[in-house]
Amino acid sequence: MSADGSGTRPGDPRAGQLGAVWTRIYHHQLFWPVAVLVALLVLNVSYRPSFISLTMLQGHLYGSIIDIIRHAAPLILVALGMTLVIATRGIDLSVGAVAAIAGAMACLHISKQEDQSSVAGVVVALLLGVLVALACGLWNGVLVAGMGIQPIIATLILMVAGRGVAQLITSGQIITIRSPAYAAISTGYWLALPIAIFIAAAVVAVVALVTRRTALGLIIESVGGNAEASRLAGIRSRRFILLVYMVCGLCAGLAGFMLTADISAADGNNAGLWIELDAILAVVIGGTSLAGGRFSIGGTVLGALIIQTLTTTVYAMNIDPQTSLLFKAIVVIIVCLIQAPAFRARIARLARWGRRPPAPPTPAATTPDLHEIEVAS
Amino acid sequence: MTGALLTLTGITKTFPGVTALDNVDLTLRSGEVHALMGENGAGKSTLIKVLTGVYEPDAGSVVMGGVPVRFSSPLHAQHGGVSTVYQEVNLCLNLSVAENIFIGREPRRLGLIRWSQMRRRAAQLLQRLDIAIDVTAPLSEHSLAIQQMVAIARAIDISAQVLILDEPTSSLDADEVAQLFRVMRSLRDQGMAIVFVTHFLDQVYEISDRITVLRNGKLVGEYRTAELPQVELVAKMIGKELASLESLEDRRPSLAAVERGDPLLAATEVGRKGSLAPFTLTIHKGEVVGLAGLLGSGRTELARLLFGADRHDHGRFAWEGVPRSIQNPMAAVAAGIGFSPENRRTEGLVPELSVRENIILALQAARGWTRPIPRRRQDELVDKYIAALDIRPANPDVAVSNLSGGNQQKVLLARWLITEPKLLILDEPTRGIDVGAKAEIQKLVVELADGGMAVLFVSAELDEVLRLSHKVAVLRDRRVVAELANDASLNEESVMRAIASGGRS
Repeated sequence: MSADGSGTRPGDPRAGQLGAVWTRIYHHQLFWPVAVLVALLVLNVSYRPSFISLTMLQGHLYGSIIDIIRHAAPLILVALGMTLVIATRGIDLSVGAVAAIAGAMACLHISKQEDQSSVAGVVVALLLGVLVALACGLWNGVLVAGMGIQPIIATLILMVAGRGVAQLITSGQIITIRSPAYAAISTGYWLALPIAIFIAAAVVAVVALVTRRTALGLIIESVGGNAEASRLAGIRSRRFILLVYMVCGLCAGLAGFMLTADISAADGNNAGLWIELDAILAVVIGGTSLAGGRFSIGGTVLGALIIQTLTTTVYAMNIDPQTSLLFKAIVVIIVCLIQAPAFRARIARLARWGRRPPAPPTPAATTPDLHEIEVAS
Repeated sequence: MTGALLTLTGITKTFPGVTALDNVDLTLRSGEVHALMGENGAGKSTLIKVLTGVYEPDAGSVVMGGVPVRFSSPLHAQHGGVSTVYQEVNLCLNLSVAENIFIGREPRRLGLIRWSQMRRRAAQLLQRLDIAIDVTAPLSEHSLAIQQMVAIARAIDISAQVLILDEPTSSLDADEVAQLFRVMRSLRDQGMAIVFVTHFLDQVYEISDRITVLRNGKLVGEYRTAELPQVELVAKMIGKELASLESLEDRRPSLAAVERGDPLLAATEVGRKGSLAPFTLTIHKGEVVGLAGLLGSGRTELARLLFGADRHDHGRFAWEGVPRSIQNPMAAVAAGIGFSPENRRTEGLVPELSVRENIILALQAARGWTRPIPRRRQDELVDKYIAALDIRPANPDVAVSNLSGGNQQKVLLARWLITEPKLLILDEPTRGIDVGAKAEIQKLVVELADGGMAVLFVSAELDEVLRLSHKVAVLRDRRVVAELANDASLNEESVMRAIASGGRS
């Protein structure tokens, strides 16, 4: 406590303490995602107070919040895998197609069963779906890590071709199934909550544990942060890149089960359409840089929840469907901007300067940066 | 020989805190190849940038053909008759040879490009350089040497009085260098003044007529190549008169004492095409082997081959007397080799990770991801080495990018020391760090060797190499030319002699 009273009122030691706590919160990497999510929720509540109400009906909890989380579950899963891929300085555009393939595979198997509600049949269907999802991830991983193709191109192949594969699996039809056991993946309840929430939470927990309790997270961040330095430290970078694409494929496959279970049908063309873009957005909003390196699983989950809340908000506020995409885009841009320290600094400067126009840019400096000089070498 | 074509007089250029050029003169004459020599940081690049209008000098004059000129940009200089071909070819690999030569100044009629004329003129230009290639093929289909020639063809077509070649041979093989030299001679004979910047001494003596030597931004002198012996050139570049070389205090342990029994690592005829000629080298337990040579002589290449950072395509390794493959860093680490690369920022550290994470990275990689180092053990190891190496700030959780160069180097050393390697390869561990940290690292190397670790020590600074090493391998022009026991008779003079003579004594 300084006696000169700069900033804090003298004789109030708690003010400084609270200030320190606030500073810690403010500088936490998840501060802005949480703030945005809270702001969106507040917006919804002020528009429609019943938004936060939860009702218990026949042992099931209902409410807008529950709906948001349930519908966000597939996006959370896809974004989770995407987070790991992006942390290695990659990207996976094929997750939507992989979700469609895995969902189609599972639904195809179930549709051929005599008794579609047989749990054993559903388990086999899920295993088949998981296998094709892993195979898709392996394919992407081999293209990226094995053949050195740029991730955006390598996964674009499966993004486009994967829809065709899904069509092949369903013979160009929309396969509809009547399997309560399979539908439960998305619409079932357990302990008063949708099963989808438990599945997403479990996968998030597993990925968080495996990356943070083993050295996997460190190694992924290292490979994404500086691939050459990691190689020279003795890390088999390619092996880990292969692994994260497979994990990403697996997550997309699980999301595919949820998406198809939700409507009890496999539609090769539309299941998980554009989910890769939402997933990338969720990752970025969550604070993981597209340039690779540090990743935040908590941030990604928040990012996915923000996007789903936004989607729900658009519907709830009866925004014209033709303008809803634009609305969403504007909010996303604002979210990304306020997370950027450079942008916040500029706003703060503008606010300080009031109406004074910013100074004209100084003429290009004649002195070059020091690193251009040979001396530094 | 005609008189001066272009004269730079009293050129001074300062940047904040650095005097890059201090009253430097350079005279270029028609029909001469003029070599510009100097160690890193001597001011060669700055001088060339002043010459080509990239930088404006603070003082001094440029006179061309008797008229004072002041180039304001490289384009301006080019139109004034001064063209430059840089080390890394500034051309578009995806465009055709002809397009590259005429890009931005295509022959046109009514605004449309006259392709046939462009191709014909391109072929003619290249013919002047004795090159017959398909000018419609993409540039990427041609070798680096041809790409270099295309750049030259473009440069001399735009203006043809002064041609500056900045390290043109650094990525060429011997045949390609010979081809380039043929072109240079033919251009010289056509009356062009050519500035040749290189680190290869042999090439200077093969092609140049005159040499200007710079050191620390100052002019050392201009000499006729024929009148300047190589060993004197080396001394002038490094800045120590041979006669006045101080002899070092004699703390070096004898080579015979450490070279007993099987070597820890024996490299037999190991080499990599286009990078380093096959060499043979042994390193014993507790031995410090120094690598000496000028920049670009192959020091770093040798270090990288020993660690498997680059694959060798020739020769074999024996580790503790047993044949062993070291084709990648994983194999090297498994054997017990650590490697601190020359470029800490791009090849050593992961900038956004913390000091702690950077330190444990190699050990963790060796253990595999499923066996994380327990956090308590991490803290023990990291705290121990932060204290032992005096890494500042002594906070394991700050991002390593926030540390100074010397402390970053120590983090890199700590990374390998916790793996308890048997052989530690240090490529320029003291470059760009302050004197205190430098002395600490040198002391550490001695202590590690006394403790039984083998160290390969690479440094551009001869006195440092001599102070630490038991023996010194001398490189020149990507070849190990001598292996000298560091006994009482070895001093900087004899090493410089070995560099200059290429081992032919």
